[in-house]
Amino acid sequence: MAKLNKLQVATLPDAVLDRRQAVPALIERPEDFLIVAGLAGTAQELSAMTNESPGVFGLGGAMGAAPMMGLGLALAQPKRRVLVVTGDGELLMNLGALATIALQNPPNLTVICVDNGHYGETGNQDSHTGLGVALDRIAAGAGFPVVHTINTEADLAEGRRLLREGSGLAFILLRVKEGPTHKIKRNLVPHVERDRFRRALLGV
Amino acid sequence: MSASAPTAWPDALYDQLRAAGITQFAYVPDAGHKVLIDRALGDPEVHAVPLTTEEEGVAMLAGADLGGARGVLLMQSSGVGNCINLLSLTAGCRFPLLTLVSMRGEFGEGNPWQFPMGQATTKVLEAMGVIVLRAETAAEVTTTVAAALTMAFQSGQAVAVLLTQRLIGAKKF
Repeated sequence: MAKLNKLQVATLPDAVLDRRQAVPALIERPEDFLIVAGLAGTAQELSAMTNESPGVFGLGGAMGAAPMMGLGLALAQPKRRVLVVTGDGELLMNLGALATIALQNPPNLTVICVDNGHYGETGNQDSHTGLGVALDRIAAGAGFPVVHTINTEADLAEGRRLLREGSGLAFILLRVKEGPTHKIKRNLVPHVERDRFRRALLGV
Repeated sequence: MSASAPTAWPDALYDQLRAAGITQFAYVPDAGHKVLIDRALGDPEVHAVPLTTEEEGVAMLAGADLGGARGVLLMQSSGVGNCINLLSLTAGCRFPLLTLVSMRGEFGEGNPWQFPMGQATTKVLEAMGVIVLRAETAAEVTTTVAAALTMAFQSGQAVAVLLTQRLIGAKKF
């Protein structure tokens, strides 16, 4: 089978982290945040990490929606810290959202991209990032004031600090190897996802 | 219709949206929304959010609803086509949605490029579960938007108000 060529300008080192350890090690206590999780891998692992906490809105479709949902939520809830946790595939589908978010610059929002360089749900095809496209440089170019890339365990501490002590908009690129995520059988009824998130946050 | 009505309705519309509690104005610029965009940008009580593509606004307003805020998406009819798959988020989760769509590609249009999407706008919206209302005259704007606000934020529906080319006037070429 013919293979796509890697970008000749690609400079990223090979990914070494396993997402099953790295994502929990970065986020630590999900209950401290309001979280929008992108479809497939990230929604599965956030559901598994929290046993489906109502503080996590996990997408099951509408690919590309997570970053902008996080912006709307962050603007609506300026006193809460909001995380978008999504994959490289979803982020690539709506790169303009990074520019839109950076222009608004909400201080309570962090976008975490769990970048495994592959479309894990559809047959593990290479994604653009797996072929060398650098989302951290795109985020910086879009205007994110803080961009942090996690390649190794040594980079995790700064990521944790940004989530906990950071007082501004940040983009964290968490580069992981391809491979399985933590999974549980999670709710896939969309309106149940909305209703329980709003009930927990707003009491309605 | 009074002589001042054609220029007065956009300002009245902005006041109406603010009175209904809308605090997030997502937009892709269009001449038909110029007054609303300028008013939102000048209003320290709201978030005026320029988008790179209209589908961003569908997702943003869903996030606003999760956080208990109300928003509106301002776009041209061309942008409706950019929203299609993300309207499955609105439909599946039963998010309320209010969008004001300034129409091209219909009454008096002078640019043939505008017709395919303009003529498909209502069908596309309805196919994705969005209720479509039309405002044809300045006198209709307030009552139509009032109806849409109730349908969206009291009844939880997805509603588009088409600001028609008869209302906003066809662009001259």
